[in-house]
Amino acid sequence: MLSVDSLDVAYGEIRALKGVGLQVGRGEIVTILGNNGAGKTTTLKTISGLLQPLRGTITLEAESLVGVPPHEIVGRGVAHVPEGRRIFNRLTVRENLMMGAYPRRDAGVPADLERVVTLFPRLKERITQVAGTLSGGEQQMLAIGRALMANPRLLLLDEPSMGLAPVLVEQIFDTIADINRQGTTILLVEQNAAMALSIAHRGYVLETGAIALAGTATELADNPEVRRAYLGE
Amino acid sequence: MDYPLLLGIFPQVFLDGIILGFMYALIALGYTMVYGVLEFINFAHSEIFIVGAFVGVELLLGLKSVGLLDGLPWPLVLFLTLVAGMAASGLLAVTVERVAYRPLRNAPRLIPLISAIGISFFLQDLIRLFESLWRNAFNLVYPTIDVLNLRFELTETIDVSVKSLVVIVAALLMLWALHVIVNRTTIGTAIRAVAEDQAAASLMGINVNRIISLTFLIGGAMGGAAGVLFGVQYGLINPYTGFIPGLKAFTAAVLGGIGNIPGAMLGGLVLGLLEAFAASYLSLLTGGAFGAEYKDIFAFSVLIVILIFRPKGLLGEIVRERA
Repeated sequence: MLSVDSLDVAYGEIRALKGVGLQVGRGEIVTILGNNGAGKTTTLKTISGLLQPLRGTITLEAESLVGVPPHEIVGRGVAHVPEGRRIFNRLTVRENLMMGAYPRRDAGVPADLERVVTLFPRLKERITQVAGTLSGGEQQMLAIGRALMANPRLLLLDEPSMGLAPVLVEQIFDTIADINRQGTTILLVEQNAAMALSIAHRGYVLETGAIALAGTATELADNPEVRRAYLGE
Repeated sequence: MDYPLLLGIFPQVFLDGIILGFMYALIALGYTMVYGVLEFINFAHSEIFIVGAFVGVELLLGLKSVGLLDGLPWPLVLFLTLVAGMAASGLLAVTVERVAYRPLRNAPRLIPLISAIGISFFLQDLIRLFESLWRNAFNLVYPTIDVLNLRFELTETIDVSVKSLVVIVAALLMLWALHVIVNRTTIGTAIRAVAEDQAAASLMGINVNRIISLTFLIGGAMGGAAGVLFGVQYGLINPYTGFIPGLKAFTAAVLGGIGNIPGAMLGGLVLGLLEAFAASYLSLLTGGAFGAEYKDIFAFSVLIVILIFRPKGLLGEIVRERA
């Protein structure tokens, strides 16, 4: 579904990605593991159009995404839950969710709103509340729910576990697996490698801007390097 | 001290202050909305305001020259003038953003500010050039519509002119319309989303540049409406007239909390009232030591005091939540 090849991205003089290539197949959960500064967020930002690559290709179902502005990439079916959630604090929960469906003109929006609040009942309870008053976990639910309102084929998730208590992290990851079972393909960037590998089908390890390892989730979880560097053994 | 006089003129002064305040509020919206999405002060907004006044006066003079000014019903004439002023100022604001600000979006913050000041001078002299060639005069007077100058006596000491009522009603309608657009429509929600986080808004599929243009269009149109109302209310305009009301409206926006739409409305009203009361009461209260000409000093002293204690403005946010 998504194919990224020889991607080079730089911030000014600093080269953030060096020849990154990865594939995401329809229906998969693919995770990108790596330390801070390895280039995980940069990869997602480049796919969703927030950053322009120096060279390389990004294709979604045979259509190139390079040079397409971010607001049009959403229309192609890619929704991005950015690092730090980036919900609109001053908008209500409902307004946040409706912004997720902003470019849509089809009749499916109310049904998707229903689906999102079924997935995250907490959001239904707080639908008229200003989003800035939500707890961290609720904000993460809102960020994911908002992205789902675009009815995406591919969902990019950047560190959904960040700053959340372990019990909440499990809940969020269960929901991510649910969303995947309902048919959405997922590319998941995560520092919490154990959680990520527990729901992913395949994964890549990113080190200083380049892919160091690739394999199925089980292969990666059994790899001694991965166990030592990312699973804390 | 003449207490009956002090009390007696109170309602009249209050009315004058409200009218001036609505004028400032309408102009202040242009500053505050643009600041909300770009964190940038559009110093050309005072000229966008006065362009509305000039388009209005040209339309009225044009109607007068073909004998239609008294031929058409006056509410229609006023409505057309307002629409023309709003359209001209709104489109001008959009054009200025495209030509002078958008190319500088990623430049250091002072650069677009200088560009705005440049546009401000450019527009002043462009109006002057045009009017000098076209009318051989650049001080223009709004033609009188007799009905507008009728006055109702409310009490023995207070009366109110039709045009004052028109200004108040028109300003209220526009502030209400803006409130509905910004808070009750999808496009208004998108404006607020862009104001809060442009990158996140673009990830929602919002075309950020289009929303920025829309913000300039709405802010400019409010400024243009204020320009027409200013002309109707005070009569005389010239290409440099915009500067002082523009500066005061900017101050009103800061007073209310820059970037905050209800704040701009409140700030405008507070400033208008302060000024009107200072103009009427200073000399009465000080036995003539300070005359009405000290009104700006008084109004701005109060502003400084308010901003010392509330630096974010009356309705400005205290903390930005970011968990």
